Amino acid sequence: MTETTRQPQGTVPEQAAMIRARGLQKRYGAARGEGFTAVAGIDFEVRPGEAFGILGANGAGKSSTMRMIACTSPSTGGSLDVLGLDARTEGARIRARIGVVPQDDTVDVELTVRENLLIYGRYFGLPKAEIRRRATELLDFARLTDKADERVEALSGGMRRRLTIARALINEPEIVLLDEPTTGLDPQARHLLWERLFQLKDDGITLILTTHYMDEAEQLCDRLVVMDGGLIVTEGSPGGLIERYCTREVLELRFGPGEREAMTDKARGLVERIEELPDRILLYTDEGEATLAAAHARGVVPLTALTRRASLEDVFLTLTGRSLVD
Amino acid sequence: MTTHASRSLVPPGRTRTVPPALHEFAYWLHRYRRTWRGTVVLNVANPLLFLTGIGAGLGSLVNHNNSAALGGLSYLAFLTPGLLAASAMQTAYIDSAHPVHQSVQAKGHYWAASATPMSPVDIYYGHLLFNVFKVTLSATAFTAVAAAFGAVDALRAPLVVAATLLVGAAFAAPSAAWAVTAKRQPTVLAVLRFGVMPMFMFSGTFFPLTQLPGWLQPVVQATPLWHGVELCRTAALGTGTAAGTALHVGYLTVLAVVGLLLGRRTYQRHLHS
Repeated sequence: MTETTRQPQGTVPEQAAMIRARGLQKRYGAARGEGFTAVAGIDFEVRPGEAFGILGANGAGKSSTMRMIACTSPSTGGSLDVLGLDARTEGARIRARIGVVPQDDTVDVELTVRENLLIYGRYFGLPKAEIRRRATELLDFARLTDKADERVEALSGGMRRRLTIARALINEPEIVLLDEPTTGLDPQARHLLWERLFQLKDDGITLILTTHYMDEAEQLCDRLVVMDGGLIVTEGSPGGLIERYCTREVLELRFGPGEREAMTDKARGLVERIEELPDRILLYTDEGEATLAAAHARGVVPLTALTRRASLEDVFLTLTGRSLVD
Repeated sequence: MTTHASRSLVPPGRTRTVPPALHEFAYWLHRYRRTWRGTVVLNVANPLLFLTGIGAGLGSLVNHNNSAALGGLSYLAFLTPGLLAASAMQTAYIDSAHPVHQSVQAKGHYWAASATPMSPVDIYYGHLLFNVFKVTLSATAFTAVAAAFGAVDALRAPLVVAATLLVGAAFAAPSAAWAVTAKRQPTVLAVLRFGVMPMFMFSGTFFPLTQLPGWLQPVVQATPLWHGVELCRTAALGTGTAAGTALHVGYLTVLAVVGLLLGRRTYQRHLHS
């Protein structure tokens, strides 16, 4: 077993990529002829130590991609290398070196917090004494030392998620996969989780995460891809994507009932791009306040006006559309 | 945290000496440690109740009529091995189908295990091993109680346990292989009510096959439990013929092996879909 060779910083030669997908596809039910294509041929690379995000609406193909990387779902086309190993044939060896935090917490609620770590460690064939040592460290890392001997049943959602993350680290993985890590958590729990994930990043662990929360992606990800309909529609850093697809600021104007159309007509031409929503209009601009002043000068009188920094959410909605995906 | 420091301790993707399936066995055993006291009471109390109530109570009625159908046996001696086989089937089905079905639900245990170097087949074998282990425990307890009652010859008891074990494996392997594919909990219950329970009642457990209408007899003889009951009964009474024993052992072994082969496929397909 040779380790992935660490390359000098700055260069990312072929063999240094932690994950490399080429034309990767996932089609379900192909054998029965009634297929459904979840991932329709994607290319991406994840570099060592990077936090890499996969964004997309429900059904965009995020989770299928994650499961293929985790080697719990064989690809049906293209190639996928994880840690320099072929995901189709080296599944067990890859799984031994990665950590998985699934969307649903699969911790055992009937066992104690510590028991969950001890038992999971055995699945990796680790010696018992070594698992015990790591479990104590990880409980501390996950801020769960006080709860070590309590049953998981008694834990809050945030604690369970931290336990799931601690469990994913028991084999000292080189890559950790996090599928919607903060969905369903309250703000305090989310912030603590983010802080823990930053810690992992600092330790040089490569993170791959999917999320619905654009602020989360902006905070955590060095680089991300946006998926839609099983394809990657764009790729870049959060800042780079905002620059590419948006203006610096967004001016949101709300109008009284019945006024919207007339007011929108008056505002036209103020900026290059105006987006009309049922309850408000968005003006994409580099100077929100100046645009607002210009609007006032034209007699545009909004009920409320809000200038905010353009976010990844604007990019996401621009790229994937605003209609609801069920 | 150190990421790479202790990697050399264990070669990645490889367990050192233990077959991976034993990790899955250990998981279920660990959970069982919380509940084993309760099951021991059940394993001893149930046979006691059955043997006293049905064997001795009902048996005294049956014996008074000196039923020729029993071939001169006391009802207790007739019933005990049949009940052992039927209970092994029931334990094997309930312990396989329900926990397996639970384990593939959202948040289920199998999803955690299948994200590790364990293969779906390791998970299947380990869980199956645990179920056969539980059948062995209850069969041993049942036989010990029966031997104390004089319902089973103590010298033949180990042979009876071995026969029961085969019955358990023959039911556990296909049950788990199927349960991993079951979509809904009610389906698991329906198979218990309409498949397992009728076999329990009519496969020669409580009365000889000859009591049934002639057209029904070949149907019963085709069921796996009938072969299990016959095997256990002939083992307990020492009445087995070479051909009969070979047929029963062969039938049950084929069922276990077919179950195993099926389970390898269904687990692989469902856990790594």
